[in-house]
Amino acid sequence: MNYELVIVGGGPAGLAAAVSAKKNGCDSILILERDGELGGILNQCIHNGFGLHTFKEELTGPEYASRFIKQVEELQIEYKLNTMVMDITRDKTITAMNRTDGLFHIQAKAIILAMGCRERPRGALNIPGTRPAGIYSAGTAQRLVNIEGYLPGKEVVILGSGDIGLIMARRMTLEGAHVQVVAELMPYSGGLKRNIVQCLDDYGIPLKLSHTVVDIRGKKRLTGITLAEVDANGKPIPGTEEDYQCDTLLLSCGLIPENELSLGMGIEMERVTSGPVVNESLETNIPGVFACGNVLHVHDLVDFVSQEAATAGANAVSYIKGGFAALSPETPIEATDGIRYTVPKKISVSRMPEELTVRFRVGTVYQNCYISVYFNDTRVLHRKRPVMAPGEMEQVKLSRQELADFKDLNRITFKIEET
Amino acid sequence: MRDVAIIGAGVSGSACARELSRYQLDICVIEKEEDVCAGTSKANSGIVHSGIDAAPGSLMAKLNVQGNQMMEELSKELDFPFRRNGSLILCFDEADRDRLMELYSHGEKNGVPCEIIEKEQLKKMEPNVSDEAVCAIYCPTGGIVCPFGLNIALAENAAVNGVEFLFNTQVLTITKIDDGFRLTTDQGDIEAKVVINAAGVHADTFHNMVSTRKIHIMPRRGEYCLLDKSAGTIVDHTIFQLPGKFGKGVLVTPTTHGNLLIGPTAIDQEDGDLTATTRDGLDEVLKKSLKSVPDLPLRSVITSFAGNRAHEDGHEFIIEESADAPGFVDVAGIESPGLTSAPAIGVMVRSIVAEILHPQENPDFISTRTGILNPKHLSEKQYARLIKEKPAYGNIVCRCEMVTEGEIIDAIHRPLGAKSLDGIKRRTRAGFGRCQAGFCSPKIMDILSRELGISQMDITKCGSDSKLIVDVTKSSVRDEGEES
Repeated sequence: MNYELVIVGGGPAGLAAAVSAKKNGCDSILILERDGELGGILNQCIHNGFGLHTFKEELTGPEYASRFIKQVEELQIEYKLNTMVMDITRDKTITAMNRTDGLFHIQAKAIILAMGCRERPRGALNIPGTRPAGIYSAGTAQRLVNIEGYLPGKEVVILGSGDIGLIMARRMTLEGAHVQVVAELMPYSGGLKRNIVQCLDDYGIPLKLSHTVVDIRGKKRLTGITLAEVDANGKPIPGTEEDYQCDTLLLSCGLIPENELSLGMGIEMERVTSGPVVNESLETNIPGVFACGNVLHVHDLVDFVSQEAATAGANAVSYIKGGFAALSPETPIEATDGIRYTVPKKISVSRMPEELTVRFRVGTVYQNCYISVYFNDTRVLHRKRPVMAPGEMEQVKLSRQELADFKDLNRITFKIEET
Repeated sequence: MRDVAIIGAGVSGSACARELSRYQLDICVIEKEEDVCAGTSKANSGIVHSGIDAAPGSLMAKLNVQGNQMMEELSKELDFPFRRNGSLILCFDEADRDRLMELYSHGEKNGVPCEIIEKEQLKKMEPNVSDEAVCAIYCPTGGIVCPFGLNIALAENAAVNGVEFLFNTQVLTITKIDDGFRLTTDQGDIEAKVVINAAGVHADTFHNMVSTRKIHIMPRRGEYCLLDKSAGTIVDHTIFQLPGKFGKGVLVTPTTHGNLLIGPTAIDQEDGDLTATTRDGLDEVLKKSLKSVPDLPLRSVITSFAGNRAHEDGHEFIIEESADAPGFVDVAGIESPGLTSAPAIGVMVRSIVAEILHPQENPDFISTRTGILNPKHLSEKQYARLIKEKPAYGNIVCRCEMVTEGEIIDAIHRPLGAKSLDGIKRRTRAGFGRCQAGFCSPKIMDILSRELGISQMDITKCGSDSKLIVDVTKSSVRDEGEES
């Protein structure tokens, strides 16, 4: 099998990349999706709030996905469902498998990685205690409730205030469960402000910041947990323990990009995001292999995933059609002073669009501080923001003209400044 | 009346069951949990010890060395994962060299191949061990085994050869009757001529019901952390620490499935069923393991767990017919190196029972067993053919460990098949990977429900009260109402 472009993953990133690639003139596209339907995790996100940026209206997750799926169908883009990609080589041979085709190979000219992310499990958090039934990652519980139609428990404690945890606090409450508390290790929430208001405050569910689970009890099914306050280093403070009787503990403690395939093909990774290092074209260190969506860095809004993926799709077509400009020297972007990372991490002016969106996250909560961008030692951007938080992705647009005009540009620095 | 009742379907009980199934005997195994390998046997280091550190002349030393020698052949016969990766015992202080030599001489007395290696050679063999290690003992016969694989293989083979396994059955009392014993269980009485007490941390309770010579077993909890496969090659040998000023050490070892395991701690506790981890315990494991391998990627921990060793006060295996209770055979105090010794324990118990019952050989005994087909071990051509014949092997259910639906169906329908998520996990590794069953749980629940013909509401993590679902959602209630 030969395709010009193979997209690994049929979630929001893969769909938007496919649509964009097709519209940019690529007719040989194949999407490989491991689940039974296109749409990825959006299918279980039945709450609304999707698409405000993209469609200027509030959609549910399945509705948002269906807008893209419809385009994929109309544009007659090929896809295979229930298909697991087993391996990708550096020369872009993909080994995949499903029930009907068996084990098969595809040779691609370009590949877009759009595998998404997974939830950090209890084990990775090293929470002590027993290992009974009743402990779920928030996304697993979401699937059980929204797709399978089952309620995993009735007395619930949620650890972690990531967006899925917040959404599930409301969802479990609406299903008749009693959500006793949401505990968050950090002194701030990892989720969107609007979700704290709409999913916790509106239902009277307390959010305990700087708290974590220090014990889990129950031999077969969960019977209770202990929460404790933590100090500035995240260590539990003795004497602050509080016991909760519950049959369910949901974990919403971070998402990890699923880059096993990327690692297998030798793609250079960024330690902070656990995603590939990419340049202005969202291209990895392997020419013709692009990444977008949550496999690249975890997003909070699907609209930005779609935008990013559309860029990756268009760039993949340029690569395939030979329309890619020669790579001019790459300028690295350094993230410092409160900025944890940037995507992209380097820019080649020759391939840069007129306006390039650089996305990033801050490391803690900042109030009335400035996002600053420096070209070498010259500050070129100084934008005041009333509030910035780790749970909300930030972005800045860089103009190609400005970069091109700056003499001897050898580094770009993103930082937070108080004044 | 049955000929033999074995209490406990852990690795010892299953090894005894398998060896005794070589005879024409009516045998049952009574297990309080829903599956084999549900107690001490499921939560340990998975090490096939060389036998260097057991006290010379002890039964422990003898069975350890025998078990180690039997393991390779048995792994082929019964098709479970085993690798002879060799072990290293690190010495961190020149002042401890005397004690290292003492251990070395234990090894010689026990008939265990071993040699002292100096720092330079050590670093050549294991570049990632600490520079602080001054020398080590190398034991080439040390190995690693999948503890579930071994236990399940022994039990399946016993079942195929006619042994009956009674799960969810808890022995409450044992009384001496004419020609044998009556075991009162929560599922009714069972009478047997011979009782084999392989009850792990509870073996003292059963022994003391029939014997006046009391024994005491102290459950000794050990905590572990399991690291992702990306960390699995940081060492190739099993790395032990020579006990020193810092106390008893922990081990760092690859597992047969390519993960890295670190631990255990050792805390005495009265409750043998309590296997909770603790903050202090996990911290100790992490800290001590860094002493052996300083670059250990602790970010890669995917789970932690605890198990209880059945530590007998005299620190010796008690494998004998009880002197004042003829027909009652103890397999007690089976702590490390119990997993290694299991095959030899089975053989020893077989000869004890043969002396008592003088049974006939079972002419139909089948000595081999084929494990769950792992398509990853097939050539690409064979794999493709398999999917054509059985499309379920083309459907990946657990994406982290790449386990197919075909393997899960096999695990459910083979002898003593899996009935729960943990049962599936221990047989196929589905749910054992880096997402720790986040993605595959709902899918495996579907498959279990379909294959066993039971409601999703009755699917458990590990039997009895460990149900995963407590109710249907409101919309499901409405849908059902509309349909009817």
